[in-house]
Amino acid sequence: MTETTDTRTVPKVRGSGGIDHERPDRKRTPRQRWGRAAQYVLLLLLALIYISPVLFMVSTSFKTGADAAGVPPTWIPAPFTTQAYDTILTAEGTPVLRWFANSMIAAALHALLVVVTASLAAYPLARMRFRGRGTVFAVVVATILIPPVILVIPNYLIVSSLGWLNTLVAIIVPTAASAFGVFFLRQFFLTLPVELEEAALLDGANRWDIFLRVILPLSRPALATLALLAFLTNWNDFLWPVYVLFTADVQTLPAGLATLQSANAVRYDLLMAGAVIASVPVLALFVFLQRFIIEGVSRSGLKG
Amino acid sequence: MSAATETAARPRPTAAAPRTRAMSPTRARPYTPWLFLLPYLTLFAVFVVLPAVLGLWISLHEWDYTLEEQPFVGGENYADLFAAGSGTSDVFWESMRATGIFTLFSVPLLLVLPLLVALLMHRRFPGRNFFRAVYFAPYVLGVAVVGLLWRYLLDSNVGLVNFTLGVFGLPSDIPWTTAVPAAWVALVGVTVWWTLGFNAVIYLAALQDIPAELYEAAAVDGAGPWQKFRAVTLPGLRPILTFITINTLIASANMFGQSYIITQGAPGRETRTAIYQIAETGLRNYQMGDAAAMSYVLTVVLLFISIFVFWLFRERDAKGEKTGARR
Repeated sequence: MTETTDTRTVPKVRGSGGIDHERPDRKRTPRQRWGRAAQYVLLLLLALIYISPVLFMVSTSFKTGADAAGVPPTWIPAPFTTQAYDTILTAEGTPVLRWFANSMIAAALHALLVVVTASLAAYPLARMRFRGRGTVFAVVVATILIPPVILVIPNYLIVSSLGWLNTLVAIIVPTAASAFGVFFLRQFFLTLPVELEEAALLDGANRWDIFLRVILPLSRPALATLALLAFLTNWNDFLWPVYVLFTADVQTLPAGLATLQSANAVRYDLLMAGAVIASVPVLALFVFLQRFIIEGVSRSGLKG
Repeated sequence: MSAATETAARPRPTAAAPRTRAMSPTRARPYTPWLFLLPYLTLFAVFVVLPAVLGLWISLHEWDYTLEEQPFVGGENYADLFAAGSGTSDVFWESMRATGIFTLFSVPLLLVLPLLVALLMHRRFPGRNFFRAVYFAPYVLGVAVVGLLWRYLLDSNVGLVNFTLGVFGLPSDIPWTTAVPAAWVALVGVTVWWTLGFNAVIYLAALQDIPAELYEAAAVDGAGPWQKFRAVTLPGLRPILTFITINTLIASANMFGQSYIITQGAPGRETRTAIYQIAETGLRNYQMGDAAAMSYVLTVVLLFISIFVFWLFRERDAKGEKTGARR
């Protein structure tokens, strides 16, 4: 692809008078080498401890109920079984597959809605001059600072009067007006060379053509980043689904997991199986698309 | 500052050739930009602007969602919150206290530890991206998964945490989820584990933006690692530090899921945070007027704290270390 996350590593040294700044890596004494190796081992060990809770979660999901609640806790399931998965996937009150599908549908549609509305809005804010542009942009960006809690109670009423309570629409639409998305895409559009658009204008293309054929294709990395962040946020959202979804058949995974917990308070094998099912898609996304996610988060620092 | 972002280099505007980023507007019809903006602004008006105003309106009414009538009561909901012994004030301020305790302990940790991790990751070594991924991974799991996972690990009888403590000869019967202060240690610890990577990534991006020349100049002046950190790294991080501080503060003040899943607010209502209380008051008991008033009080408190943080960092800027490299 075009960019990597490490595009902004150390800038080129200008006018350094030809001094060699490279640390002579190969001229190490054996002792230094050992020191480096020890450092490495320590780092690896810390990293392993850091993710061990996740590993333990996966391990427990393959235990029997008795084994999961056994003292002392063990790292290796004995016997190894998929019983926990079988149980929660078929149990009456906890339709985990349904929750999984609900979460997928909601997060995907939410991400699509965010990217479509934010890119359409960001384009004129970046590239057209019109009365009110500054005001619109200022008001949108200012709302980044509104704490979500202020909107929860009134949005419940709005969603209720639209007839969306206990439906997936309530999870997809109300949070889709992403001020961060507009800000982020506008910043990106500003970095695109104006000349391409000017050429297209001279060829008689209208704004809509330019947006579709010039801007969007050039913005794929930024659009992917925003879509991913929106997907993840929606997939993991907790408070809102817990309070606006009442019945098991419409719940998303996070809200469902809370239901699962109240139904099986100490069946840790079942709870961990549910947690693994909710983790697999996001961890897979993260492993394969890490650089987009990390890029997006780095940018959320808004750079000063 | 925003000019410092990576925009394409533009020729400086001169009198002869004034250039703006926008193309000549001659072809654009006056309503074109608004057509582009329409879908977003519709969502924005209905689910951001309207609720922000409606919330204030609700807070001035006795607004029980299940009743026919919502009589106007003026500032009564607010007055109740500030009158000791009224129905809402005790639960609200207890929950504010819980949020305060949590924020007080989590924010410093979430400012310092991610910086240490970022400084480690900033040194170039093979496998750096792997380590960065490891520390960031918990963040993508989401609060429901993280809550369930730690609820299990912290179980006082069968949990891995108490077992591990026992292995090292430490007390192994700590009631992590059922008693304070242990529950606070648990909630703060889990939150640090969960979100450390997020701040570390932002720090790392900021560290990579500090020009290498500054470090070289410092080295030429004979600065050691600590002096380099004081004179180059910290001033270079200053712009991002305000953002991270306020962002972390607001995130901590909005803590909900960890309490909801790990402790369920126990013991009593000790670990029930303000957001938790607002949601319960408004969306379980349907006392929406009270809940809306609570959310506005919480917001005003947060606003003051944010302004204070801005002022604090500004103050330090004004003093300005002479050695600090100004950007």
